[in-house]
This record gives sequence, C-alpha cells and structure tokens, in this order.
Amino acid sequence: MKRVQFEHSTIPYLFVAPQIIIIVVFFLWPAAQAIYQSFLLEDAFGLSTQFVWFRNYKDTILSTSWLQAASFTMLFSALVTFLSLAIALLLAVKANEVIRGARTYKTTLMWAYAIAPPVAGLMGNLMFNPLIGDLYKFFNAIGWDFDHKLDAFDAGFVVVLISVWKQVSVNFIFFLSGLQGIPKSVNEAATLDCKSPFRRFWTITFPLLAPTTFFLMVINITYAFFETFGIIDTTTRGAPGGSTNTLVFKVFQDGFRGADLGGSSAQSVVLMLIVLALTVVQFRFIERKVHY
Amino acid sequence: MANVELTNVRKTYPNGAEAVCGVDMQIEDGELIVFVGPSGCGKSTLLRMVAGLEKITSGDIKIDEQLINDVTPADRDVAMVFQNYALYPHMTVRGNMSYGLKNRGIDKASINKKVEEAAAMLRISDFLDRQPNQLSGGQRQRVAMGRAIVREPKVFLFDEPLSNLDAKLRVQMRIEIKRLQRKMKVTSVYVTHDQTEAMTLADRLAVINDGRVEQMGAPMELYNNPATLFVASFIGSPQINLLPVRFDGQHLISGDIKFIWDAKLPTDTDLMLGIRPDDLFQKDDGPLSLRVDLVEQHGADNLTYGGLLGADETDGHETEFCFKSGQDLLPDIDSQLNLGFDPTRALVFEKSSGDRLV
Amino acid sequence: MNWRLLSTHAILLIGMVFMTLPVWVAFCTSTHAPETILRDGLQFWPGSNFAETYRQVLFVDGGVMKSVLGFDMLKNSLILGVGFAIGKVVISMLAAYAIVYFRFKLAVPLFWIIFMTLLLPLEVRIIPSYEVVSSLGLLDTHTGLIVPLIASATGTFFFRQFFRSVPDELLEAARLDGATPWRFFKDILVPLSKTMIAAILIIMFVVGWNQYLWPLIMTTKEENYTLVIGIKQIYQVLAEGGELPQYQKAFALTILATLPPVLVVLIFQSWFVKGLVESEK
Repeated sequence: MKRVQFEHSTIPYLFVAPQIIIIVVFFLWPAAQAIYQSFLLEDAFGLSTQFVWFRNYKDTILSTSWLQAASFTMLFSALVTFLSLAIALLLAVKANEVIRGARTYKTTLMWAYAIAPPVAGLMGNLMFNPLIGDLYKFFNAIGWDFDHKLDAFDAGFVVVLISVWKQVSVNFIFFLSGLQGIPKSVNEAATLDCKSPFRRFWTITFPLLAPTTFFLMVINITYAFFETFGIIDTTTRGAPGGSTNTLVFKVFQDGFRGADLGGSSAQSVVLMLIVLALTVVQFRFIERKVHY
Repeated sequence: MANVELTNVRKTYPNGAEAVCGVDMQIEDGELIVFVGPSGCGKSTLLRMVAGLEKITSGDIKIDEQLINDVTPADRDVAMVFQNYALYPHMTVRGNMSYGLKNRGIDKASINKKVEEAAAMLRISDFLDRQPNQLSGGQRQRVAMGRAIVREPKVFLFDEPLSNLDAKLRVQMRIEIKRLQRKMKVTSVYVTHDQTEAMTLADRLAVINDGRVEQMGAPMELYNNPATLFVASFIGSPQINLLPVRFDGQHLISGDIKFIWDAKLPTDTDLMLGIRPDDLFQKDDGPLSLRVDLVEQHGADNLTYGGLLGADETDGHETEFCFKSGQDLLPDIDSQLNLGFDPTRALVFEKSSGDRLV
Repeated sequence: MNWRLLSTHAILLIGMVFMTLPVWVAFCTSTHAPETILRDGLQFWPGSNFAETYRQVLFVDGGVMKSVLGFDMLKNSLILGVGFAIGKVVISMLAAYAIVYFRFKLAVPLFWIIFMTLLLPLEVRIIPSYEVVSSLGLLDTHTGLIVPLIASATGTFFFRQFFRSVPDELLEAARLDGATPWRFFKDILVPLSKTMIAAILIIMFVVGWNQYLWPLIMTTKEENYTLVIGIKQIYQVLAEGGELPQYQKAFALTILATLPPVLVVLIFQSWFVKGLVESEK
C-alpha cells in the first residue's frame, strides 16, 4: 500500500460504488442463488419446489454422465494444456533466436489471440465438414476411418486440435516475453559455461521460465475448463453420446436445455469449488514466483 | 518568513515501532537547519511530519506560532524537494512548476511571471517546454527546486535532494542551494545522511539517532564539542579515532599504553578516548605507536591508517587509528610511527552510556 | 546459413502456416460461388465472388438470416466490444484508485469482495445470472448484456497493480501542491496511465467482442445478435441442410467476426502485448 493516502470519508466510497454495486447485483446475488437452488428440487411442471439438502449433489455427481464429463474434462484439460504449452514454447524459443523475419513470425504467431473460441470452433467445424472439409477428406484418404460424428476418439481429437490451435498464441506471447525478460548477460554467461545449446536450454533457460510456465498452466487449465465452451458448442456439442461433454458444457446443457435447475446448480457449485482449488494452487505458485 | 517549533513530537507506528520519540526543536526565521543521521534514524519521518505527509502521534508542530497538527499539507504553506524529484512525468517543466499555483487559483499572468523568474534564477529558462525525461539529473533537480521556489512557501523542506546526483554535481548543487537559501532567506529544513553536506550547508544541524535528537548546534560547535560518542563519531571526516581506556586515578590505560591524565574521571567504568585524526602529530617519544598499514595521498594531506600497537581491542578487533599529516610525511608501509596528541583537544566518553565526560 | 538456423526457420514457418492457414482458407472459400465449394471443397486461392458474398451477408435482407443484416450484427458486436472495454476501464480505474490511494474503513472487506469475483467465472453462475438479469427486465438490452460482464474484477486488479508502481512521492508532491483527490486523479494519475489505459482498452475490446455464452443466452431476438452469435445460428441452418448450402456465407461471416479484433490487435500490437503481459503479473 501507499505510504501516504488520502483520508476522506465519502470520496473513496463514491469511487468504489459502481464496481461494488455491479458485483453485488450481478455476482454475489447470482452466486448465492446458485448455492440456494442447488438444494432445491422442482417437480416436472415447475409448480412446486422442495428443499432436499444434498440430494441434487448426490444425484448429479454420482451419475455416470457427470463422471464421464468430469473424466473427459480432466483428460481434455491435460492434453490442451500440455500440447499448447509445448508448441508455444518451441515457437517462442525459435522466434527469440531469429533476427531475420522476427517481426513477421511474431505477428503471425500471436494474432490468433483475437479470434473468439466459437469462431475457431466454427472454422474447424467447416474444415471437418464431411461434404467439403479437406481435413475430413485428408484423414480418410490416409486410411484413418475418421468420423467425428460417431466416433468418440475422433470427436475428442477435433475439440483438442481446435482448442490447442486457439490457445497457442496466448502462450506464445507470454513465453516470448518471459524469454526476453531473461537478462542478456545470463545467456552470455551460460554460453561461456556450456557448449550445447540443447543442454543450455534445459539447464538455464527452462528453469528461468518456470514462473511463466506455472502461471500459464493455471491460465490454460482455466481456459480448458471454461472458455472452450464456445468450441464445444460449435463443433461436437458433447456428441457422440456425451463423450465430449466438459463440465461447463454439461451445466449449460442440463440447466438450459434440460431445465434441471437444481442439478445444474449443484454442478455449478461443484465447479466453483474446483475453481477455488485451482486458485489456491495459483497463489501458491505466485508466492514462489516472487523468489525469482 | 517563518519560524518552526516542534514540541515533544512523537511518531509511533501501529505495530509499536517508535520512529520519532519526543523531539523538541526551535527553528528560527530564515535559518537553514540540517537533520543528519544514519539511515532509519527517523530524520526523514520528522521532516515529513513537518510537511504533513506523516501524521504525528503526539506533540505539537507550529509554523509561525500557528498550530498546524491537523492542517493539510497543502495548507501548511511548505514546499518540498524530494530525493527522486517526484516531477510529474507527463507535464512540461512549466507545467510542473505551475501546478501548485494553479491549484491555488492564482491567475495565469502572475503564474507565468513567477515561473519565468524562478527559471531564470535556476538557469532552466531554456527548458521550460521540455518534459522531465528529456532533462539530465542536474536539470531535473533544478526543476524540483523551481517547483518549490515559485510557491514562495514559508518553509522549504529538502529530503536528501542531492543523493541521486554524481559526486561532482552534488558539490555544485550544494553550493547553489546554500546561495539560493541565503538570497531568499526562507526557513529551510534539509535532511541528509552525508555529514559533509550537513557540515557545509547548515546554519545549525541536528544529529538524529534512533528517533532522538542527540545534539543540535552550529556545525563547528558539534565538531569541537560533541555531547555524545555518537555525535563525535558521526561528525568529522575522516572519522574520529577511538581508543578503549580505563582510568586508575592518575593514568589512562589501554593494554600496554599508559599515560598521565590530570582531569578527574570515574575509575569504575570503561571509557573511550576520542582523538581527531588532525589532532595527532608525529612525536618520537609520543605515547601512541602506529603500525603503518596504508597511506592515502589526498594531495595536500596524507592519511595514514594502521593498527595501534599494544592497545586493547575494540569490539574484538585490533584498534585502528587514522593520522592526518601534510603531504611530505610519507611513512613506509609496516614501519612504526610514534604519535602524540594535545590532551586538551582529546575527548573522553563513558563507553556504556556514550556520554561525554571531558 | 547453417543447418541449425535453417531448422529454426523451418519450425517457425510450419508454426506460421499452422496458425494462419485455417483463416486464409476460410477467407478464400468465402470468395467463391456455392456451387464451386460444393463441387471442389475448400479453396486455397481467392475467387471472384467476393463482392457478391459480402454484399449479401452485410446488406441484403434475408441474405444471411431471416430478419437481421450482417451489418446490424457487426454493429451489435461493436457496441458490445466498445461498451465493455470503456465500462470496464472506467469502473475499474475508479475502484482501483479508491483502494490504492485512500485510507477508509471498509477498504479491506471491499477489496476482498472485489477479489472474489476473480475466482468464479461467469460460466459457473450463468443460470442464476440469467435469472437476475431477466427479473430486472434487462434481457435483450445493451445494459443487461454488458454490465454483468463487467462484474469480474480483472481490470481493477490490473490498475491496482499499476497504481502501486507509481512512485509515492508523486502523490506527496501533489498534496503539497494543493491537489484535491479528484484533481490528483484527473491531472496526474489518468495522464500517467495513458498507455496502460490504451492497452487495457484493446484487450477488453477483444474480450468483449469475443463474448459468446452470455450473449447467447441473453439475446432472444435476432436483431440483437452479435456476429459471434450470428455465425453459430447460420451454421445451424447449414447443418440442417437445404438445396444449396451457403458455405461461402458462413465463411464470410466468420471472417467478419474475426476481422475487427484481429485488426485492433495487429495495429496496436506493442501496446496490446505490454498490457497483456503486465496485467497478468
């Protein structure tokens, strides 16, 4: 905090008021509602509601469809995080090395940041369109009996590919800025101490990038959990048979399409808890990050 | 024009730490007072309390007989020059200098006049339309002073204003500040940790240690008559030589060193004998003998450093002395140099309390 | 040129192709006639149908949807992007200023309330949020669309971080210069934050433009569709099949939805990167 602050009885409240009002109305209230509704059961016609304690939690979370979505979300997040980080790191390291064309490379590698996930999803969808999609035709031509409408693995492949494609640019931007933050003298000292560039990368550069990597891991997991909604909703929509349902997509499906408010709310609350846990992890890392 | 009066001023932080513990001080109209002390001694806090940037826990501060404890900084009519200058980076020099006047609702024409005058006095008229990041360190320093001058405040406050400048510029600006202050006759408080700056600038200086004023007075008074061991060792460069001694009724004794002392001193406590490097002189049968470790030639004088042979240790280390002589005395390294001193110029302190005895 | 440098360039070129080819193909395909696309599949070079397709999509009634022009959707997207960015910057700057520069009683609890919003994305409270907005009668309004999105405090945290890096002495100097809280904000802090504000505006414009789930459930009338929502609808129409699927229009709409945020990011690249990297610290 500042050494010196204004002391004023009304002005600070006036300044925070807009933000606080918005938060109370559009954040706290809905969040409280979600928790409240998760304990209610509505009959089929929406005529009466009943307070049922944790029944919604038990019913939804122990259901096979939720467990399926949960395990797909885990696998999906792990794959998206790992692949997009790995690709971005490789590209960032290379882009940091070159001098000729560096600007062009950087620009073309980061611009996809501006593309909305659902737009990426739609583009991918058309690429995999059985009628005109070249990727669809290509995979079938090389002997892969590709059909993402019917095959769970192929459908998963499509959403992972599109999600990774969309996320590489953000990771690239952060890795590149992390690399540029490493003092030149450290690199020069390393060049004197170690001949192999490959070894130098894993023993010097990569450890120095660790704070960035940890931070990006959290960002990417959050992305895979939430922002990929747009991609799923414009490609597989959970098909085939719910095999590409993420947890967020299922909340939406059950709440809006299935009108199961109690169950959907219970899922929301569980998701909130997962995010909370993720945040705790993030703070651990941020604390550690300070030491660099 | 104003005098400043501090009465039992205290600052205690919420965690219980005492930054300033009971300062009384009377600053006369037009005087330049320097607060000097090691870092963390509370001198900046004290200055900031005068400015109103720091709340006082208890006590009174008066400017011009007027109690200002609860007056906002802007209404105290003080101006401050900061260590990092604190220029508004997005405003031109002119904008920086006129901002305070604008906020006081002064009309444009007189603002311009004041700014031009101050700029001329500081020789920054050519830079009025530049931004701070286009200026050198010395020029920024002048702008910071200009911003204070145009306000025509009752009191000028300087918070280590020269410590970001290089050594040469520092000396130059020091002279300029002194000259300016003489000319404008504005009551000024100047904070520094540099004893040379303090000695050369101050009309009177206050040596501050651990949130207390150890001693306050004219520079030479503090140099010649320090009240405590702390003041004696803080003021003066090179630092005063200190020899741990005890008194046996007739002699001062330190290890193998023993010499007659006719003043009355307590015999039951550890004492410290302080002799300034310039008060030592070469004397073949002198009581002190120095093993020469190093000679620094400063041009007009030489400084000879070395261990004092036979003396008691100081804090577990060999007691070291520094001897200042003319340029022609150039002893060989590892040779032995016998030194004498004038007992009337030597200072004796009680070791535990640091109080001056003689 | 040694082999190492060659391989570096090769990897970067592959990366470039991977990141740009899909969009290029989408653009090229959008400039061909529907018959061509159906017969030959995706296109890798621009065709001759550019003007016709985009005119249809943007300005012809029923060209892309039953009752809304592409141009209207573009407008809605702009309103969402710009409104979101400005709203977010203004509200979060004010809040951050209060938190950093004032000592007041409720500072700590209010800070935690704001902090909490970072923990729970809109996605997990989407249904109750919808109910709140609907009970306030804000469905299908700009307010209902934009304001709930501003509830998350990412911007506040960014400005808080930035304000804390501003030297304390500036405030002290300003106070001695007689600046009131409002004046300090207006004369010193806002001008000092200019580049930061620009960076955040750019990022938030992109984020706002790209909103999907919230506009999807918030807008029930076609005339309120944004481009991002619109393309999804047209895709659904395509999927249901018809005599001659208008793939070129779907692609054209995709390009339109991509173009403005991409342009903003490309034009203000250095600000954007700075803002993005700094804000996440």
